[in-house]
Amino acid sequence: MAKKTMNRHEMPIGSIIKDPGCSMQYETGGWRNLKPVHDNKKCTNCLLCWIYCPDGCIKVKDGKIAEFDLKYCKGCGICAEECPDKVKAIQMVEDKK
Amino acid sequence: MTGNNAVSEAMRQINPDVVAAYPITPQTEAVEEFAEFVANGLVKTQYVPVESEHSSMSACIGSSAAGARTMTATSSAGFALMWEMLPIAAGLRTPVIMYVANRSLSAPLNIHCGHDDTMGGRDSGWIQIYSENAQEMYDNLIQAVRIGEDMDIRLPVMVSMDGFITTHSVERVDLLDDEAVRKFVGEFKAINSLLDVDNPVTIGACALQDYYTEHKRQHSEAIINSKAKILEVAEEFAKMSGRKYGLFESYKLDDAEYALVIINSAAGVAKMVVNELRAKGVKVGLLKPRIFRPFPAEEIKNALKHLKAIAVMDRVDAFGAGGTPTFTEVRSAMYGLPKQPLMINYIYGIGGRDIRLEDINKVFQKLFDVAKAGKVDKVFDYLTVRE
Ligand code: SF4
Ligand code: SF4
Repeated sequence: MAKKTMNRHEMPIGSIIKDPGCSMQYETGGWRNLKPVHDNKKCTNCLLCWIYCPDGCIKVKDGKIAEFDLKYCKGCGICAEECPDKVKAIQMVEDKK
Repeated sequence: MTGNNAVSEAMRQINPDVVAAYPITPQTEAVEEFAEFVANGLVKTQYVPVESEHSSMSACIGSSAAGARTMTATSSAGFALMWEMLPIAAGLRTPVIMYVANRSLSAPLNIHCGHDDTMGGRDSGWIQIYSENAQEMYDNLIQAVRIGEDMDIRLPVMVSMDGFITTHSVERVDLLDDEAVRKFVGEFKAINSLLDVDNPVTIGACALQDYYTEHKRQHSEAIINSKAKILEVAEEFAKMSGRKYGLFESYKLDDAEYALVIINSAAGVAKMVVNELRAKGVKVGLLKPRIFRPFPAEEIKNALKHLKAIAVMDRVDAFGAGGTPTFTEVRSAMYGLPKQPLMINYIYGIGGRDIRLEDINKVFQKLFDVAKAGKVDKVFDYLTVRE
């Protein structure tokens, strides 16, 4: 959701967007019911979750999982699903915002 | 010249930057001739020979969004194939100018006149202008450029005339000087051009629950407010050409007691019947809508409110609606008057069926009967049908 909601007089005509890249302002994290909780101890840093996350929410530093950026995480659970069965380092838990 | 010749001449004089069009009967002659003008170097237009009407309207939208004055033409099934793109052209506020040769829709397959195409697209967000004859078509097409491209309007405009009846009949048409037309239409002024790389914009983005309503409200306001500009453009056009246009034409309406409301070529036939009845001292008149979108409801109400009885005639069926498109508009405009004229609705001339003087006469006789009885027994009927 854009930070400030424009009224119809403030908007450019023709449903045009004048500031490219503004989808960054659209924080899809607002859609989330479940959130991923990552267990550092179990994680083998195989990076499968990083590859599969459709929103690029999983941040990697020095080849290791660093952070789950919840601003855009929709709580789809793909990361938890893809985490290998033997590891299962990600739990989807109810997100009480 | 034919109505189609008048269109291609107007297009030559307008000299658009881009024309993306596909041929379809009965519009073909116009774009074919225009393609010849392009080939012969008479215009600087980039002609895009597309593979379908869906593509032609898509190409027009892209071209207009890039900042080019853009025109196209279509008819009937071609119009229907464009349908998905029509509200997009309007919603993106690209002032594409389109000529439509009014033709019935299939099935059964028919290539002749009916207003099925443009009436089907009346709520697609475009401005709609209707033309009785080749002269009006020529004049309206030139004015359409100024209307659509107006900075306060920025909407696509479709201008139509009756397929075959007007597109293929030879009439006398007064053409303006090339120079005068070029001066009148002026330069195309782009807004948020896609080619302006210093100011990049995103066109055709998604707007959901949070913004869609505001966009539609903007669009709706632009088309409602275009009425005043349409009249300003008409006034300027009259200064140049000596030919006056309004939102509709009132023919002998001022003191009339009975009137027809009828669009395009059949209005010409109806005027002859009005003259004949007037010669006998019967107070009849006619209203011919020119601008159908935005619909000039208030103005039409004022022009018709003193009448005893009105017949609204459409060259299209509305299959189970509360009346044909023009009828429902006119009747809704009249609603709320303390004393309402009695109103009836006829379908005529679909699939190109001739409308004769005696058919129009029959409608007037019906109006006299209705007024005498003081009530309408049948609101909606077909005029010439084998029952
Ligand atoms: S839940 Fe979905 S969006 Fe969130 S981090 Fe996992 S894969 Fe990405
Ligand atoms: S998929 Fe599982 S094990 Fe692999 S990096 Fe992600 S959390 Fe760690």
